[in-house]
Amino acid sequence: MGNAKVLELHGLTKHFGGVRAVDGVDLTVASGEILGLIGPNGSGKSTIVNLICGLFPLTAGRVLFGGADISELPPHTRVALGITRTFQNIRLFGQLTVWQNLWVAQNSGEQRKQNFLPRWLGGSKGARAEIDRMLEFFDLGHKRDELAGNLAFGEQRRLEFARALAARPALLLLDEPAAGMNAEEIEQLDSRIRKMRQNGVTVLLIEHHMELVMSVADRIAVLNFGQKIAEGTASAVQSNPVVRDAYLGTTTGA
Amino acid sequence: MDFYLGLIQIIGVHTLLGLSAYCVLLTGQVSLAQAGFFAIGAYVAGMLTVLLHWPLVLALIVSAILGGAMACAVGFPALRVKGLMLVVATAAFGEAVRLFFFNFTYQVQSGAILLGPHGGEGFRQIRYFPEHGWGTLDVVLFIWTIVVLVMAMLWWMDRSRVGAVLRAVGEDELAAQSTGINITAVKVSAMTIGGIIAGIGGGIFAHYTTHIEHIQFGIVLATFAIAYPILGGLSNVFGTLLAVIFIQGLLIEGLRFLGDWRNLLFGGLIVLAMNIRPRGLLDAGVLMTLKRLVSRNGERKGA
Ligand SMILES: Nc1ncnc2c1ncn2[C@@H]1O[C@H](COP(=O)(O)OP(=O)(O)O)[C@@H](O)[C@H]1O
Ligand SMILES: [Mg+2]
Repeated sequence: MGNAKVLELHGLTKHFGGVRAVDGVDLTVASGEILGLIGPNGSGKSTIVNLICGLFPLTAGRVLFGGADISELPPHTRVALGITRTFQNIRLFGQLTVWQNLWVAQNSGEQRKQNFLPRWLGGSKGARAEIDRMLEFFDLGHKRDELAGNLAFGEQRRLEFARALAARPALLLLDEPAAGMNAEEIEQLDSRIRKMRQNGVTVLLIEHHMELVMSVADRIAVLNFGQKIAEGTASAVQSNPVVRDAYLGTTTGA
Repeated sequence: MDFYLGLIQIIGVHTLLGLSAYCVLLTGQVSLAQAGFFAIGAYVAGMLTVLLHWPLVLALIVSAILGGAMACAVGFPALRVKGLMLVVATAAFGEAVRLFFFNFTYQVQSGAILLGPHGGEGFRQIRYFPEHGWGTLDVVLFIWTIVVLVMAMLWWMDRSRVGAVLRAVGEDELAAQSTGINITAVKVSAMTIGGIIAGIGGGIFAHYTTHIEHIQFGIVLATFAIAYPILGGLSNVFGTLLAVIFIQGLLIEGLRFLGDWRNLLFGGLIVLAMNIRPRGLLDAGVLMTLKRLVSRNGERKGA
């Protein structure tokens, strides 16, 4: 079981000037697990994702992936190792086609080695087939040659999810994937996240939409003001008075 | 006739210059260093054919290599800064190159005359073409063979994954990093390709003008270089070609009677273009519409 930890955060800390965005967070995600990360706006959830991806240096603490310290690695190396993400505010390559958005994202270590030459031409057969399968899975096959910037909002969210999977991640970080979605879309998202887990992908799910988190997450961690204030099963977290205080801003708890 | 042939030569060389900036601009970097690489290519190729009597093609290959190496060397430190700071840093590099050639003298006695660069007076008598019996038409053909080759290679690059990766970096560096793209490597590579193309362009320029001097490689040339792809758009290489024809052919030559007022017009045009069509005149949307129109017509004919 020792190797079963995919991600470990030890004393993760990030200060922006005087703002303690993330303040000594310890967190472990086990292999194949879906961990929900919730917390009020500004509690540091997105910053944690950015730190795991290596977008800015840590103030203190360490990030371990598969037991190895990756705290100093540049972002693209972390993707090659198997960590990918989506953004809270969708960041697609709007001037590229849907197909190209997935093409440029095939950056796992294996993909880099296997397809070196064809990558610079039209893409190898295997790589193309992989993209086509992904587009089918996300119901975007009919949009493959559209510019990503011209897609409807829900389609853009799906494409970003697909793009995060293009590099065959072991760990997927989803930053509020349900934001702005309607009930039907959220249901599809729910089933796709479960499908991901069946395929062996470990998921860190940040979400405001409680129903979704409670439904798919195995465990939930709660952040407030950059600190972890609770962790446990959905029901345990829901009935935790500290969590209720953080969300409601009242002291009715105990 | 000679006037038009001369114009076609200018358009060819400026297309190379514009394409060198196009490569860099694809990654979202506005570089004013291209005139510097162009100058290096011009002086190096000129010295190799005039002083060492090398064949022109070999000299151009060396220009390409040096232009690329210099661009790679400049790329690493320069690409640490972004936006306006990058513009300033690359412009400073371009000026440094120009000042280097302003002070650079290396002359060799050849019969009654001295050959080679002579500081502020420039580098005269680069007479490879007349000495080897190339007529104007031969030169035009030579230039355009190279232009077509470079355009074909960039066209292919644009269609390959490289083109998509360069554009991804140009559009959103943060997203590109997060999808596993090594943005430093991509940006430096683009800069290097740009340097290679500018080096070749400069080498050709030196030989058809036969006389180069530092002042030709100043900030004005650097501005032209970046203006072509900005105006022509980044969808494909033909945008840059069209922009060169438009600016050199119509604006500079066609409106000669306006004298220096043309520069004002040129500046105004760039500002206007950036405001109403920030992705160039031929942007992806326009091309998509064109493609749709073409395929619709095709269907109608087929039916
Ligand atoms: N790049 C940044 N620069 C400065 N402050 C930031 C930056 N990113 C986040 N913050 C601050 O850090 C805190 C946590 O933000 P964030 O991680 O986005 O919260 P959440 O995702 O939980 O809503 C906020 O106070 C926010 O203003
Ligand atoms: Mg957030």
